[in-house]
Amino acid sequence: MVRTSAPRSRSLNPRLRRRLVPALLLAPAALLLVLVIGYPLVRAILLTFQNFNMLQPSRTTWVGLQNFVQVFHNPVFWIAMRNTLVWVASAVSLQLVFGFIGALLLNQTFFGRDVVRGVLLIPWATPSVLVALMWMWMLDGNYGIVNELLVRVGILKTFFPFLSSPHTALPTLIMIDVWQGIPFFAVMLLAALQAIPLELEQAARVDGANPAQVLWHVKVPLLLPTILITTILRLIWTANYMDLMFVMTNGGPGYATTTMPFFAYTEAYRRIHFSTGATAAFVQALLLGLVIIVYIRILRRQQVV
Amino acid sequence: MTGASQRSTGLGRTRPRPRFRWRWGRAGLAVAILGWLTFALGPYVWMFLTSLKPKSELYTSPVQVLPHSVTFLGYKLLFTTTPFLRYFLNSAIVSAGTVALATVAAVLAAYALSRFRIPGKTYILIGLLVTQLIPSVLMVMPLFLTLRTIGLLNTWWGLILVDTAFALPFTTYLLTGFMDAVPKQLDEAAMIDGCNEITAFRWVLAPLLVPGIAASSTYVFIYSWNEFVYALTFTSTTVSRTLPVGLRTFIGEYLIRWDLLTAGGVISVIPTILFFMLVQRNLIAGLTAGAVKG
Repeated sequence: MVRTSAPRSRSLNPRLRRRLVPALLLAPAALLLVLVIGYPLVRAILLTFQNFNMLQPSRTTWVGLQNFVQVFHNPVFWIAMRNTLVWVASAVSLQLVFGFIGALLLNQTFFGRDVVRGVLLIPWATPSVLVALMWMWMLDGNYGIVNELLVRVGILKTFFPFLSSPHTALPTLIMIDVWQGIPFFAVMLLAALQAIPLELEQAARVDGANPAQVLWHVKVPLLLPTILITTILRLIWTANYMDLMFVMTNGGPGYATTTMPFFAYTEAYRRIHFSTGATAAFVQALLLGLVIIVYIRILRRQQVV
Repeated sequence: MTGASQRSTGLGRTRPRPRFRWRWGRAGLAVAILGWLTFALGPYVWMFLTSLKPKSELYTSPVQVLPHSVTFLGYKLLFTTTPFLRYFLNSAIVSAGTVALATVAAVLAAYALSRFRIPGKTYILIGLLVTQLIPSVLMVMPLFLTLRTIGLLNTWWGLILVDTAFALPFTTYLLTGFMDAVPKQLDEAAMIDGCNEITAFRWVLAPLLVPGIAASSTYVFIYSWNEFVYALTFTSTTVSRTLPVGLRTFIGEYLIRWDLLTAGGVISVIPTILFFMLVQRNLIAGLTAGAVKG
């Protein structure tokens, strides 16, 4: 697909120019990506095959797959794997469902819609550390407003320490991530909804479709590419996201909220086993990549995209 | 506003819609929107109320909802006894620098990808998305070593470069989709009229890209304003410590300063609110063209 007809150049040899101009345009981005992502990434991957020690960097040697063996033999790795699965699957699916409903709501006309649209995005744009702190304060076991309200409406009898009980800690973090992530889905899907030509909906209505049928047979198929790309991005971001665990629970109680990135971080920076930490992070990235390839394959086969 | 205008298309003829159903629909919509607003904004309201309470009212049981006596002591202590303003300034500089750098680099790259014949364009775009897979945990250590070597630890520039590089792939992807949506014939016509690639971009494409740039720079702003893991690792002094890292320092070993934290929280949310009010309309329009390409 030839996208460019010959540029009408006057000063420069047109063939040279056709190569030079895009190269110059791509240069700043390419340079940044290679230097800040490419080079450190290669370095990190090499580290997974070495026994790098922060305190004695000169003693680094090649150890083959020893780090991988060590990581797979660590029971915490498997706990973290399970927690990550629960964390990613429930957070992303809840966000998708509520974000979709939200997009449909925001696509209606109502008083003050522009302000509401702007204001509802705020949780998404709030620094995650602040989100963590806000919710820690609200969920406080002694002075938290959430407990107070739940007791007042009679759901709870006494205050409950949501973040320090093994069974509620991870679900609570999931709820907070959902709270923060709904606006992202809502705004992406709202954008896609608005791109659907009105004529399509009108045509379907003339043919006798009710609103639910229009939604399911006209809108949802057109939204699928956006749903796909948004879900993939959110899947990746959620899997790699550990700020909440870092600030709120420290991976605990026990290992109840230790997810893969948190496990990798603790290995690398608290236990100063950088190589095993990098290995765990690398394994996680590979698995995530695999999940996404499978996801795209399945959708391709069903001719969704 | 009644919202009745939506129904004036005359399509109701095929299915007569009783009025009461429409009314229930409106009421349901209102309840849903109000419920969502409460859920989304409740935490901020609670933070604001807490920041106005004197210390004696912070720790009461049962929990006291509204402050009896309003105080601004938390804010005063925040500005006079902590380097909060410095954190705020650092965050503002890092975010502004990142938005500027990432937007320029991404617009240039997107222009090349959208308007020139680039070998392997599809693979470049997929590659951009693949960079998102990289866990920051994996990159922190090698980046730390690199930044230390070139002397950019504890500097604004160090954080700006890192944030820019990690925000760039998605921004470029978004803007390429957005530019692909602008008909090629427009810049071709401009070139026939004597423009070259650069002037055609400046006078024809750029004005049409404003919503797309609004959307992508919002993403960059949010990314760098919120970024935590890199900022935590690459800044060890007040000189370049950003807001998220700074706020965390108010959590002591035994004691959490909720008075300072809530006051600081309220102030850190204000720029975000203003920013969103400004770009809201362009943001949705920008995502419309950029995101749908999928």
